Amino acid sequence: MAFEPVLTRNVGRPEARTAAGYRKGGGYEALAKALKLEPDAVIEEVKASGLRGRGGAGFPCGMKWGFIPKGSDKPKYIVCNADESEPGTFKDRLLMEHDPHLLIEGCAIAGWAVGAATTYIYIRGEYTYAANVLEEAIRDAYEEGVLGEKVLGSSFRHDVYVHRGAGAYICGEETGLLESLEGKRGQPRVKPPFPAVIGAFGAPTVINNVETLCCVPGILERGAAWFKGIGTDERNTGPKLYAISGHVERPGTYEFPIGVKFSELLDAAGGMYRGGELKAFIPGGASAAILGPEHRDLPLDFDQVAKAGSMLGSAAVMVMDDTVCLVRATLRLAAFFNHESCGQCTPCREGTNWMDILLAKIEAGRATEAELRVLSEVPDMIAGNCLCALGDAAAGPVRSLVKSFLPEIEKHFEHGGCPYPHRRYFDAA
Amino acid sequence: MTDARASEAPSTATTSPAGGAATEDARPAFPPEARERLAEIKRRYTQEKAALIPALHLAQELWGGWLPEEAVLAVANEMGLPAAEVWGVVSFYDLFHDRPVGRHRLRVCNNLPCQLRGAEEILEVLHEELGVGEGQVTPDGRCSFVHFECLGSCDTAPMMMIDDRYEENLTPERVREILRGLD
Repeated sequence: MAFEPVLTRNVGRPEARTAAGYRKGGGYEALAKALKLEPDAVIEEVKASGLRGRGGAGFPCGMKWGFIPKGSDKPKYIVCNADESEPGTFKDRLLMEHDPHLLIEGCAIAGWAVGAATTYIYIRGEYTYAANVLEEAIRDAYEEGVLGEKVLGSSFRHDVYVHRGAGAYICGEETGLLESLEGKRGQPRVKPPFPAVIGAFGAPTVINNVETLCCVPGILERGAAWFKGIGTDERNTGPKLYAISGHVERPGTYEFPIGVKFSELLDAAGGMYRGGELKAFIPGGASAAILGPEHRDLPLDFDQVAKAGSMLGSAAVMVMDDTVCLVRATLRLAAFFNHESCGQCTPCREGTNWMDILLAKIEAGRATEAELRVLSEVPDMIAGNCLCALGDAAAGPVRSLVKSFLPEIEKHFEHGGCPYPHRRYFDAA
Repeated sequence: MTDARASEAPSTATTSPAGGAATEDARPAFPPEARERLAEIKRRYTQEKAALIPALHLAQELWGGWLPEEAVLAVANEMGLPAAEVWGVVSFYDLFHDRPVGRHRLRVCNNLPCQLRGAEEILEVLHEELGVGEGQVTPDGRCSFVHFECLGSCDTAPMMMIDDRYEENLTPERVREILRGLD
């Protein structure tokens, strides 16, 4: 059965960036339909669809909405996590730049479902173009009566605001994001309480990723059963965006039913760059364990990638050919986490620093066997011992390097440094 | 390398924004138009402090791309916050600069996907062409560059951000051409 792209249907249809053009393609009909349902029925529909969060954690979306306390007269908020900062991830940018009204529609439906009058779209500061496209679409949505005091002529009020971040990976963590939204350093909070109880400005808050919210209109329009019919099984449903990059001929965002095989995705991206040999790939952003070519036919869904010892995360697939030094590649990721650790929890602040230092020493041929042992122990000292998942994320690739690619490290010891030819820009530092 | 900083500020960078108003007690402040914009932003939140990061973006625009002490004090004043709290926020975020930057700010993405496709060569070219290290400003005040974490454009690697725009699918030749085109 041919798969019909849903999330990317308006990519390359510039007219969809206006409310009128978006409507011509059937846009805002799902919102109209939702407004005729009881809010609880909307939540039930999303629950029944099996939609799991597309930001990285894969938490069931409908369940998250269901956690919002009912009957309280406190304000409630929808916060859209558009802080897309996981290395290798660029799918949300595509959605925001090409189909801003799809996101606005998803936000408004979420608002109706949980009784929130306001959405903040927290977008990473670097995405200035996407932020401008969204601002313009929001203005247009107000003019068209889609947003504001009477959403589509109903008694439901909904406002959407774009809030730009300022360059910090940790603000993609939902409570780090909330701190940042409130005008503070983006240091994650102690949980519980979870955002559904105390979120933005002390009020119950739903935080959903861009792609997650963009799945919602389709679910309302075509029904939960349709959504559930796409994918590998009950726990992995719906269409999914895969951002593939690195050593492939046509890097880009590809839409598939969730659970597409890595090999199929690679083919869609034109195969290996200049006909190179696949050495390794990372299936879910910088936080995911590195996998070898024996996983070529791995179905990329939440559970099967986890079973293979990695994670689907944001479905940012980074492909490496056999010219790549995996120590150097992992060092790059370790340096990233070292830079981005917010410094609040000691295991993460110190551990990410040590992983960076030790990998640099191995790469330069200056590490001892004892230091390699330390490197292999650090990931377990970080993981599970911090307030948020950044430390666990940092541990992922390093753990997999030491565990699954030890010969690559040994080559560095034998060779007295990196055996692969590469640029020396950072070595000179 | 990233901590290497310019020893002197470009001559134009520390002046107050055009029309910069001082309050009666001569504390630094926003010009009236920016203050209006900020007031509009503040209304979006039930807690005014949420406008701090937008206020810092505004200030950085007004003060030539970075936040000298005067700009931070102006933000503290506009927001009714202690300056120390504002400094704390400034130092947390990579897009806020507490040191002078060039008139054009070049941020080269160097996370894994860009590194795989040649980001280090792009950094070498910038280093060579600009004749300064990362975080330093060229003597004419025109440019400064840094390597930067993933900019979410891995499908067009290698790439860099120049001021507010993305330059994608870079080659050394293209980088030289872009540099020649900057005012």
